Amino acid sequence: MIPEKDIDNCGLFGVMDTSGRRFGGEMAVNAIKNMKVRGNGLGGGFAIYGLYPEYKDYYALHIMYQDKNMSAKRKTEELLTENFYVVYDEEIPTNPEINVFSPPLVWRYFVKPQKKSEEAHMLDDEYVVSKVMHMNTEVEDVYVFSSGKNMGVFKGVGFPEEIADYFMLEKLYEGYIWTVHSRFPTNTPGWWGGAHPFSMLDWTVVHNGEISSYGTNRRFLELHDFYCTLHTDTEVMAYAVDLLMRRQGLPIEVVSKIFAPPMWNAIERMNKEEKELYTTLRMVYAPLLMNGPFTVVIAHHNEMIGITDRIRLRPITAGAKGNLVFLSSEEMAIRRVCPDLELTWTPAGGEPVVARLNTEDHLKSLNKSI
Amino acid sequence: MYSHLLSEFTVQRMDDRCIRCQVCERQCPNEVHEYDKELDRMFTYEEKCVGCQRCVVMCPAKALFVRSHPSEYRMNASWTRDKFQNLKKQAETGGVVLTGSGNDKPYRIYWDHMVLNASQVTNPSIDPLREPMELKTFIGRKPDTLKINMDGDVPKVESELHPNITLKSPVLFSAMSYGAISYRAYKSLAMAAKEFGVMFNTGEGGLPVEMRKDYASNAIVQCASGRFGVDQDYLNSAAMIEIKIGQGAKPGIGGHLPGEKVAQHVAQTRMIPQGTDALSPAPQHDIYSIEDLSMLIYALKEATNYEKPVSVKIAAVHNVAAIASGIVRAGADVVAIDGIRGGTGAAPLATRDNVGIPLELALASVDRRLREEGIRSKCSILAAGGFRCSADVLKAIALGADAVYIGTAALVAMGCTLCQKCYTGKCAWGICTQNPYLVKRLNPEITSQRLVNLLKAWSHELKEMLGGMGINAIESIRGNREHLRGISLEEWELNVLGVKGAGE
Ligand code: SF4
Ligand code: SF4
Repeated sequence: MIPEKDIDNCGLFGVMDTSGRRFGGEMAVNAIKNMKVRGNGLGGGFAIYGLYPEYKDYYALHIMYQDKNMSAKRKTEELLTENFYVVYDEEIPTNPEINVFSPPLVWRYFVKPQKKSEEAHMLDDEYVVSKVMHMNTEVEDVYVFSSGKNMGVFKGVGFPEEIADYFMLEKLYEGYIWTVHSRFPTNTPGWWGGAHPFSMLDWTVVHNGEISSYGTNRRFLELHDFYCTLHTDTEVMAYAVDLLMRRQGLPIEVVSKIFAPPMWNAIERMNKEEKELYTTLRMVYAPLLMNGPFTVVIAHHNEMIGITDRIRLRPITAGAKGNLVFLSSEEMAIRRVCPDLELTWTPAGGEPVVARLNTEDHLKSLNKSI
Repeated sequence: MYSHLLSEFTVQRMDDRCIRCQVCERQCPNEVHEYDKELDRMFTYEEKCVGCQRCVVMCPAKALFVRSHPSEYRMNASWTRDKFQNLKKQAETGGVVLTGSGNDKPYRIYWDHMVLNASQVTNPSIDPLREPMELKTFIGRKPDTLKINMDGDVPKVESELHPNITLKSPVLFSAMSYGAISYRAYKSLAMAAKEFGVMFNTGEGGLPVEMRKDYASNAIVQCASGRFGVDQDYLNSAAMIEIKIGQGAKPGIGGHLPGEKVAQHVAQTRMIPQGTDALSPAPQHDIYSIEDLSMLIYALKEATNYEKPVSVKIAAVHNVAAIASGIVRAGADVVAIDGIRGGTGAAPLATRDNVGIPLELALASVDRRLREEGIRSKCSILAAGGFRCSADVLKAIALGADAVYIGTAALVAMGCTLCQKCYTGKCAWGICTQNPYLVKRLNPEITSQRLVNLLKAWSHELKEMLGGMGINAIESIRGNREHLRGISLEEWELNVLGVKGAGE
C-alpha cells in the first residue's frame, strides 16, 4: 500500500559545530518539529557526521531490507563477504513502541574493500560506489541508506521526529553535523529508501524544491556512469555533487556556480578573468545547471553547505552563534533551538553558505546576503 | 508549355475593379498578364501561372484572384492529379521532373504530435517579463570535465577549450548559396544574423569578398563537393566551417546551378567562368570513408589554425545514428542533420518526395546513440529541415538539438510563397533569381528587418514557453525529453523518439 500524500512542501535544517565537537540530536529534532506544516508524515530523515569514531576507518553501510525480506538479506550478505571484509555488523536498534509505517529491517555493516586482482587499481571510494550501485539497482528489496565512513543516514516513512524516536537518535548518537529533512521526494511514492537524505559515500543531500532540468541533468550524469534509479530530482543533485566534488575535485565555490550560475547579464559586467571563468563554466557544465526552485543542504566530512536556486524561488536562512552554524528553510526553526543567535542572514541565489571545520568560511556569504 | 495539361491555377480579374494600370503585367515573371492597348483590355494566359500570388498582393485595385483551377480529372485515389500531370510531362519530354522548396507530402510531422510541459503549483512557472530568461547557446565541442586551478583570487580554468561559436538565440539561417539566391537575399540573411547575434550559412556558393570583413563573425562557410569559392581567405572569413555531405531535400544528390544564373559576380565569388553550369557532385571525391572525412576535417582545422569549429552536414537517412557517430569520431565538432522536409532551390521531384527520413526521428536517434556511446558532449547537434514556428524549435531542443537551422521559414519571412518554382530562376519575390529586374524587388535594409523581427518573435515565444516550464535557461531543456509527451503516436514511434505518451 502506498500512503496518500496531501501536503506539498518540505522543511530542511542543518547544524554543524565547526570546532568538531560532537553533540546530540536535540537541536535537529526540535528545529524540524517547529516546521511541522512543511512535512506530511510520509518521509523524514537525518544524516549525522562523526557518528562512529570507533570504526572511523571502515565504511559504515546502512542497508535496509524492504518487507524484512530475509532472503534479500542472505543474498546481500553473501555479496558483502565476497567483496568486503566485514569487521562488525548488527541490526540498527529501534524502539518497538514507536508506531511507524511498514518498517523495513535496517542493518549496519562496518566494512573494508576486498578487491579482486582485476579491481586492484580501483580507488576504494570508486569500488564502494560500484558495489553500492550494484546492490541498489540489481538486488531486489535492498537499498543502501548510506555508505560513508564515520557517518550515517537514518530515514523512513513518517515525520522526522517519529523517525528520530524510532531509531532513538537522541538517546544513542552524537555527531558534529546533523542535517534533517521532513518530506519524501516530490512526485514519487513514499517508501523508506525514497526519503531524504540521499547519499553516496560520505556525501549527503537534503533538498527542497523541484528541479525542472531533471531530464537534462540525468542524461549528463549517465554520460559519467551515474544511473538514476529513484526517479526523483534529488538523486541527480546527489550524483552531481559526487561527480563534481569528489571525482573531479571541484570546490563548492565553483560547483555552486555550476548548479546556480550568475545570469549572462551579470557575467557581462564582470572583469575579464571572472567573465572567462563563468562563461566557461556555463558552457561546459550547462547540463548540470539546476533549473527550477530548490534549496539544498549538502554535507560531507568537515563541510556543510547550503545553496538556493539562482532566482531564489526557495530561499534558505543561515544563522551562527559561536562555533555553531545553522541552515534552515525558516529562521524561526533556528531561533527555536538557539534563541540568542549572534547572526542570521539570507544569502543571495546561488551564493553558497559553507561551514567548514575550524574556519569562519560561512561568513563569506554574509556580505552577499540581503 | 506542355500540351494536354490542365492549368494548375485560374486567374480571375474583376473587370469592374481593374484600372488597367498594368502592375500585374510588370509583377508577373511568368508573363501571365498582358495588356492590349487597342482594346484597352487585360488578357491572361493562366496556364503559365505558378500561383506565386505576387500580382494579387500588388494589385492596387485588389481586382485579382489566383486559386486552384476548378477543372479536375475524374477523381481517382491512385492517380492523383500530380502523379497524372507529371507523367504527362515526362511523356512529352523524357526528362526528370524538377521542383523547388521542401517536401509537401503529408508525411507525419512529429512536431505536431508532441506537446510540451508546463509547471503548476509546487514548481512555479517563471514570468519572462519580470525575470531574466536566457537563450544564449554555444555550438562546438566541450570537454567532459574542467581542470580548475584554485590558487589565485579567481579560480582559473586550466583545461584547453575547443573553439565554440556563440548564438544569442538557438536559431541559425540554413545554407542558401549566393547564386541559388540573389545577392540581396543573401545579404539580407547576413545583415539579420549580424544584427541579431546569430549565424548565416554561405552554402556552397562562396562568400563575396566585399562582405568578408563585416560579416565574418556571423558566417558559417561551407565546403561542399564542388569546392566553389573555397580558399584560405574564405575559410578564415568565418566563425565556423561546414563540410556538406548531404542535404535533406535531396539526399545522395549534388547541386546544379544553371549557367544562366552564373552572372559575373556569382562567377567571381564561386571562382568559375561566367555563364557555365556550376555542377557539384553528390560525393566529395576525396571522401570515401570516415578516415577520409577525418583528413578533410583536420585539413580545414589546420588551415584555420584550430580556431573554428568544424561541422559536418548530412541528410537524415536510414542509418543516420551510426553515420553521426562516425562523424564525431572523425573529429567533427558539430553534426548538422537535415531532414526530409528540408528545402532546396532545385531537386528531382522523385528524390525530394521519397528519399530520406523525418528529422524528428533522426534527431532523436542520433542524440540517443551519441549519449549511449558517451560522446554527446564532443559535438553539438544542429537540426534542420522544415521548422515552421518557435514551438518546433523548442521541441527539437528538448529532443536533443543544440540549435536549429531555418531555411524555408527565413525565405517566407522575406516574401516567398512556396510556389516551388525556385529552379526556374523567375522568383517573383526577388529571392531565388539573378534577374536584375526581379532582384530589385528586395531591399536588404527592409528584408533583413523582417528576418530580425522573425528571430525576435520566436525568441519571445521560446522564453514564454520555457518560463511556463519553470526553466530560465535554454540549456536546461536541451535533451530534456521529460518535458515532451507524444499524442496519437504508435509505440514504435514513441520508442524512437524516446518520449512518453501523453497522460503518463
Ligand atoms: S505567376 Fe504569380 S504573378 Fe503571375 S499571375 Fe500567377 S500569381 Fe500572379
Ligand atoms: S523562393 Fe521564390 S520561386 Fe522559390 S518558392 Fe519561394 S517564391 Fe517561389
